[in-house]
Amino acid sequence: MTAGTAGALTRDSGRSGHPAGPAVRTAGLTRRFGDQIAVDDVDLVVPRGAVYGFLGPNGSGKTTTIRMLLGLLAADSGEIDLLGEPMPASLGSVLPRVGALIEGPAFHLYLSGWDNLRRLDASDRTADPATSRERIGTALARVGLTAAASKRYRQYSLGMKQRLGLAAALLQPRELLVLDEPTNGLDPQGTREVRNLVRELAFDGTTVLVSSHLLAEIEQVATHVGIMAAGRLLRQGPLTEVLADGAAVVRISTPDVTLASGALARSGLTGVVADREAAVVTARLGEHLPEDVLREVVTDGARVRGFAVERPHLEELFVALTGEGFDVLR
Amino acid sequence: MSSAEMSTAEVTVLPRPSFAPPRTQRGAFWRLYRSEMRLLLRRRRNIALLAVLAIVPLLIGVAVKISTPRNGEGPAFLGQITGNGLFLVFTALTVALPLFLPLVIGVVAGDSIAGEAGNGTLRYLLTVPVTRTRLLAVKTLGVASFTALAVLTVALVGLVVGGVLFGLHAFTLLSGDTVSAASGLVRAVFVAAYVVIALFALAAGGLFISTLTENAIAAMATTIGLAVFSALLDAVPQLDRIHGALLTDHWLGFGELLRSNVDAAALIRWSLLHLGYAAVFLSLAWARLSTKDITS
Repeated sequence: MTAGTAGALTRDSGRSGHPAGPAVRTAGLTRRFGDQIAVDDVDLVVPRGAVYGFLGPNGSGKTTTIRMLLGLLAADSGEIDLLGEPMPASLGSVLPRVGALIEGPAFHLYLSGWDNLRRLDASDRTADPATSRERIGTALARVGLTAAASKRYRQYSLGMKQRLGLAAALLQPRELLVLDEPTNGLDPQGTREVRNLVRELAFDGTTVLVSSHLLAEIEQVATHVGIMAAGRLLRQGPLTEVLADGAAVVRISTPDVTLASGALARSGLTGVVADREAAVVTARLGEHLPEDVLREVVTDGARVRGFAVERPHLEELFVALTGEGFDVLR
Repeated sequence: MSSAEMSTAEVTVLPRPSFAPPRTQRGAFWRLYRSEMRLLLRRRRNIALLAVLAIVPLLIGVAVKISTPRNGEGPAFLGQITGNGLFLVFTALTVALPLFLPLVIGVVAGDSIAGEAGNGTLRYLLTVPVTRTRLLAVKTLGVASFTALAVLTVALVGLVVGGVLFGLHAFTLLSGDTVSAASGLVRAVFVAAYVVIALFALAAGGLFISTLTENAIAAMATTIGLAVFSALLDAVPQLDRIHGALLTDHWLGFGELLRSNVDAAALIRWSLLHLGYAAVFLSLAWARLSTKDITS
């Protein structure tokens, strides 16, 4: 399972000077715009050290949630804790530890990439001016923009703009990164680099909250996911658990299709489909253990060429939860 | 649900790294202020505006040099320029005050917050974070500095051009008395300071308007409109009862400084009126910005 390998490394969240507990926690977070409810009673939990994939169709309330987390929008009701401190009350002490990319990059057109970062660094009251040059240089190198540092932002391509946005989020060591659609406008190469960057940052101990449309992307890097639709958080948890919620299917490759399907039905499995031509039998696993199912099939005399338990991919689960008609990655 | 429970069995647990708690650096506000001024002065548009202001005294000076005007014609003090170059400072300010200076201040003040909101940099400034009060403080200081720079541009170019073309001599006041050239210069400094305070009232209005919209052009136009509207009301005789309280009514009051018996009380009263306007506008700007939903 891809999620298992991607999430194999994480950090202990108990030890260290920081209070344990999630990096992001909201309780009953709600926000309306007029009579439209944009975010509806959302209880978000992003554990420390997680790479949390924040998913949802356009207009499902992801960005509104992120804007509330960062103190840009006021919540109508509900609570927000960021890195263990209440927001927006502790905004001044929390946000220096948080890097953010919100709804695409935004910089001054007539300044160079370097000068734009210098502007942001100068606005950070916790940034040490003595190390400013070094940190800007490192951040630009990390996103591969060193060669374009002195170019005006106006002349940047979409991918370069996106990279500069990431560099801005990396000017300081961060405990939490909030990345809204970080691979927007990047070519496959750039997308891959961002994925590696996210892994690297997570390995260094940074918690990453990443929203994306690209479900295959998220599946490769996320340890946890949350799925939003129409303002509600439908599902969240470790990726493996969320995926396990989906109906698993046993798939048996056998020349003895009749014997195998008979055994499956007798064992109590539902949705048994026998495909004689392909010599494959499938059925919903339900609460049964795969090893017991296989024993029944073999005991009945069916010769088995292959046996697999297939769980749905994030995309299938996503569509099942939020409905079709969404620009998923194919 | 703690993170430990959420971790799956195959997870390798590493010790958590420690992040140094961020500390406020000394002089952070002034670093941000310098950054703000760089932002204002690196922008070609703003430099072009200052250049336009510099042309005003240059043009008047050259025009007067070519053809001496008769007394009583043209804007105030025009006739005195040939006698003393220092008067070019006052003439240029008189000419620039109704239109050019409000234009420049309208552009810079109107753009200050609406411009950042419009291009999206506001949300990144606020999440750095620059707290909203601190942002308003640095924007106010930036706009005030630019206002001073605009007035200084007119005054200094006026002084240099006037000095070169007509010389700086003993200074004849409007009341007929003569004071030394040095005393005249001191009065010019007070005139410039008075004009800066007067225009700061408009700049503060521009800052407030700038918090209301994400459209910088609309904020600029509205700010300039504020000055024009006030001047318009000032020109309607039927409204003379409110004239004294209007934003622009006492802008040319600096003439008071060119008399032998300066009515200091009046100058202070007018300056307090301007500062009062500024205080009201800045309070409104703060009330608006500190509660504003940032959706841009």
